[in-house]
Amino acid sequence: MIAIAYALPSILVFATSALLVLVGAVGVIVLKNPVHSALSLIMTLFGVAMAFVAQSADFLAAVQIIVYAGAIVVLFLFVIMFLGVDRREAVRVEPLVGQRAFAGVGVFITTAGIIALMARSHWVTGPPAVSSGGVAASTGSGNVRELGTAVFTTYLFAFEATAGLLIIAVVGAVLLARRERSVTPEEGLA
Amino acid sequence: MNVPAAWYLILAAVLFGVGSFGLLTRRSALIMFMCLELMLNAVNLTFVTFARTLGDIGGQATVFFVMVVAAAEVTVGLGIVVAVFRRRSSTSVDELSEMKG
Repeated sequence: MIAIAYALPSILVFATSALLVLVGAVGVIVLKNPVHSALSLIMTLFGVAMAFVAQSADFLAAVQIIVYAGAIVVLFLFVIMFLGVDRREAVRVEPLVGQRAFAGVGVFITTAGIIALMARSHWVTGPPAVSSGGVAASTGSGNVRELGTAVFTTYLFAFEATAGLLIIAVVGAVLLARRERSVTPEEGLA
Repeated sequence: MNVPAAWYLILAAVLFGVGSFGLLTRRSALIMFMCLELMLNAVNLTFVTFARTLGDIGGQATVFFVMVVAAAEVTVGLGIVVAVFRRRSSTSVDELSEMKG
């Protein structure tokens, strides 16, 4: 790839978001207390939102913060508190001998394979100077209007289907988490 | 001049790796769900990066739908966790071995 002097601000933005993402992600899988893991997850989500803004996906960044950090993580925290599992988990013990090692090797091979594949195919698109270079991104302003147009025209059917999916999910969650009174526990839905 | 797409793609690949490692090694169902969210976010980041590089809004629309499906998945998944916890007083997936052959 040609060595181009990239603008310092974009490098700083990338470095900050990468730091947030990676520190948060490692925190999720290392911390013993589920509450700490959930808070660490928020850090990762903010890092990803930052990367979204840097790539002119403003609307998605806002949705990322509102839906992920604001709703999903709160739901996680709510369930953690509700179940009272906010205690230590024995991270040290390893019931399956060698599980960590196998998982580590497998994940390393997979990640290295993905990166190697992308690198060999010139990151699919080639350097920006050669490829058409983001038309949507080049304006600098966000593309909320374009995204809205695409969602409500090209992807209208998928959009309507997600409405049905959400309804089904809500009904399913209520059914699953409801406590039946008259039925004996053995033949309950759960 | 924005940083090359490759940097973001590598970051997403590493994030995916970290998430899958957590999914494979942690035993609490709640933590496994969080690792699943990490992996979904890695894929979303890849989609947005390609949307920027190729100048195609379809990538961002896909991320939109992935977010909706992730929200639905978490709702049902946490419902299942609550239901399982009622019966076994634990969220460890190691204890869910009734169907072991």
